[in-house]
Amino acid sequence: MRRQVVLGMLAVGIVALGLVTAQNKTPYIGLITKTESNPFFVKMKEGAQKEAQKLGARFISAAGKTDGDNASQVAAIENMVAAGVNTILITPSDAKAIVPAIQKARAAGVQVIALDSPTDPPDAVDALFATNNYQAGVLIGQYAAAVMKGKKPIIATLDLFPGHPVGAQRHNGFLAGFGLKSFGPESNELARPAEVVCMADTYGDRAKGQTAMENCLQKNPNINLVYTINEPAAAGAYQALRAAGKEKNVIIVSIDGGCEGVRNVERGIIAATSQQYPLKMAAMGVQAGVKYARTGVKARGYVDTGVNLITKTPVPGVSSKDVKFGLENCWGQ
Amino acid sequence: MGPLVALLLAIVFFSLQSDRFLTGQNFSLILQQVSVVAVLAIGQTLIILTAGIDLSVGFVMALGTMVMAKFAVELGLPPLLAILCGIAITSGFGFLNGFLITRFNLPPFIVTLGTMNIAFALTQIYSKAQTVSGLPEAHLFWGNTFRLGETVFTYGVVLVIILYLLVWFFLSETAPGRHLYAVGNNPEAARLMGIPTQRVLLLTYTIAGFFYGIAGWLLISRTSVADPNAGQTENLETITAVVLGGTSLFGGRGMILGTLLGALIVGVFRNGLTLMGVSSVYQVLITGILVILAVVADQISKRRN
Repeated sequence: MRRQVVLGMLAVGIVALGLVTAQNKTPYIGLITKTESNPFFVKMKEGAQKEAQKLGARFISAAGKTDGDNASQVAAIENMVAAGVNTILITPSDAKAIVPAIQKARAAGVQVIALDSPTDPPDAVDALFATNNYQAGVLIGQYAAAVMKGKKPIIATLDLFPGHPVGAQRHNGFLAGFGLKSFGPESNELARPAEVVCMADTYGDRAKGQTAMENCLQKNPNINLVYTINEPAAAGAYQALRAAGKEKNVIIVSIDGGCEGVRNVERGIIAATSQQYPLKMAAMGVQAGVKYARTGVKARGYVDTGVNLITKTPVPGVSSKDVKFGLENCWGQ
Repeated sequence: MGPLVALLLAIVFFSLQSDRFLTGQNFSLILQQVSVVAVLAIGQTLIILTAGIDLSVGFVMALGTMVMAKFAVELGLPPLLAILCGIAITSGFGFLNGFLITRFNLPPFIVTLGTMNIAFALTQIYSKAQTVSGLPEAHLFWGNTFRLGETVFTYGVVLVIILYLLVWFFLSETAPGRHLYAVGNNPEAARLMGIPTQRVLLLTYTIAGFFYGIAGWLLISRTSVADPNAGQTENLETITAVVLGGTSLFGGRGMILGTLLGALIVGVFRNGLTLMGVSSVYQVLITGILVILAVVADQISKRRN
């Protein structure tokens, strides 16, 4: 009983501290990413740091250990609230499980903005700055359809892992863009029309992407179109196709727009990729944090930070940018 | 016998489900896909035989691949020397694990939990989280292929089989190999018999580290790049292979060739279910069930003895 009283007082103390510091007008912004290691998040952190320096805000960052590590993100939110940040920018690893921690932070007067992927429910945060993953899929689907015009598509999809909304949105968007039977952006289930002869998981990992493509080629050696969840998986798929001597007549499309991925577009390994802008997401997040600290006005709703199709060989009817643009705006090394 | 039966049953089942499953080429492919985990699992088996465990497997391997790649590509060392440096790093980590465990009498689980994090962080810092490509021929050697009749194999597959036979010979035919079993069975009794238990443990962890280096070489041969994010799931994958292969987590009982079968079982299910067009969730489900069955079988045989 006594312990509960002490803990209760401690909690009240932390919340009070949060309230006091929220009214302290120096902008202090925390960024929590899914992992420390993924170049996408590395770029996001760089972008946020630069913007914070430019606008004279204090900045701290934290990350989970792996994609899906919710506990580390919860701890990071609690610690940042205790440290007195006014705004937390977070890329949620687990869209549902993170919500209670976010609610506590918001109750303590902290503005919370989701970057890159939404929470579930989406209105658990003040605002979402993200790419529309479904739209990113639609773009490469439309591109592939235009390139394959008149050819019968025999498709392999190299997906993320079971149950991840981003994996489902990209996959279903790609199929919808191609003009095949698919689900809408809300669905968490992967559509499987007859044209898709093989589906395998890559965890966004290069070696696992290679394994997945090898197994798909065993299943159907005539695959002529490969959708990949991200560019490392695409590189792995290409490795498998080249080993089988099939790299010339198979089209690989992907999503992300990392620098290595764009270079693979230039090399002809990937036909087209949908590029996202983590720097922009992070910079906008920091700007919103500074605005809240100085004026008390919070950001609201969903802001689409946009995607562009990057390809060497544009097709009529699908707007795209060239490799030069892709390299100027890419993330990673 | 358990792992062999499970593997044969799985092979029969998938052969009936898909006419593309039972071909030489498909088996070569499965062997290639499991080769990295299989070699890592040699080290894990030796450690588990001594009643220890190693959680640092995957990240230590990843650090080794980074050293191999960057020493050659960026420092311009001769490729083979760079590879040896990578193997030296992973062996050094193995030695560090063994040293901390024996010198301070610490639990292996905790020590390797610590070194796992250290290895991961060093890899990230050293590589700046960037993939290294453009590797020299020597780094890619094990990915080269040769033909046996209609089937294309890689040299890497041959290496895996040779390594397993060597370790099998070491464990069953040499005195140090039998010391390893004795230490795992009952360290106190082993000590009274005059076996230098501390030295056996130190050597076991160091040799395991050596195998992680070899596995790293196989990995970059297969993927043709050094990836800073490699090795995320390998610690649990190796423990799965060891358990499915019938080695007891209590130490002192098990067979190295079982571990190879264990790694193959996982690979056969992944490949077979993809050929059938079944979601990968079921591979995870089946792996879980098989692990439980393997542990139950281990307990039953322990009671009989």
